[in-house]
Amino acid sequence: MEFKPLTCEDKPKVRFLVVDDSVFARKNLCKMVQAFGGEIAGEAGDGIAAIAEYANTLPDIVLMDITMPKMEGIEAVEHIVRDHPEARIVMVSSVGYQDNILSALQKGARHFVQKPVKPEALYEIIRYVLNDQVAPAPATAGEIQS
Amino acid sequence: MKMELMQPFINSLDAVIAETMGCSAEIADVTMEEGNYKRTGIAALVGISGEIEGRVILDMEMAAAQQATADIAGAEGSLSEETARETVCELTNMVIGNAVTQLNNYGFKFRVHPPEIYALDAGLQGAADTEAVVLRFETPKGAVYLNIAVRYKQRRSGDRPGMIALCP
Repeated sequence: MEFKPLTCEDKPKVRFLVVDDSVFARKNLCKMVQAFGGEIAGEAGDGIAAIAEYANTLPDIVLMDITMPKMEGIEAVEHIVRDHPEARIVMVSSVGYQDNILSALQKGARHFVQKPVKPEALYEIIRYVLNDQVAPAPATAGEIQS
Repeated sequence: MKMELMQPFINSLDAVIAETMGCSAEIADVTMEEGNYKRTGIAALVGISGEIEGRVILDMEMAAAQQATADIAGAEGSLSEETARETVCELTNMVIGNAVTQLNNYGFKFRVHPPEIYALDAGLQGAADTEAVVLRFETPKGAVYLNIAVRYKQRRSGDRPGMIALCP
């Protein structure tokens, strides 16, 4: 299947950070991203590495697994979005129960894709997320109280 | 072991094999495991903890694992055992992840641990109070074994959601 290359603002290529503890899953996602005309800005195998890699590469999109060693994906999302409210993160996980999805979205993830990933479904979701308006930073508890 | 706990794993394996390898998986044999589990090919283990606890092992004949790698990654030619191991880990992750999604949506809260390669040739056994069931699935690309040893964690009577009604 051929995909029209993804675009983001005036950049020639959409840059991705791919986070998954499985090397095989990362390779597979990277292959899909390249088929979409994207560029791999970085890869990480756990949540802690993902936070550092995000700050180093400032990608346009993050594809983030949930179940990972050291730090899980949802916690990493919370850290990344706190420091970079503009971050566009798509959760990609085989564990797709409602609590997990809700929790990821509450922490600032933009979308969720369940594994096994269908390239056409991932492409449409990324296109949607790229065109979505950046959500305003969530109010802190202090701001709400005052 | 309760059928209602096994069924989501069976459904999930069938769906994941169909989606990733483009073929069907039919149950050819079911046995209760009495001794230690001896893997047949490349195997990965996932632990589950919470209101349902235990572990599940996915074990694929080498030929099936290599074919799965070729199907999923589009790789061709001779594939290393390392690559095949990564494939089995990822397939295990998908099968268990999809199954626990169903169980979680029925109201059970638990955690899935990252898959690990099960390298022992003999050694793992269901706990004394958790028997293991081994299902052999035949696919056109080789046999796949699913070894399930899960149980409900001890809960107060009346706490358990109505699984039987939800799992026909």
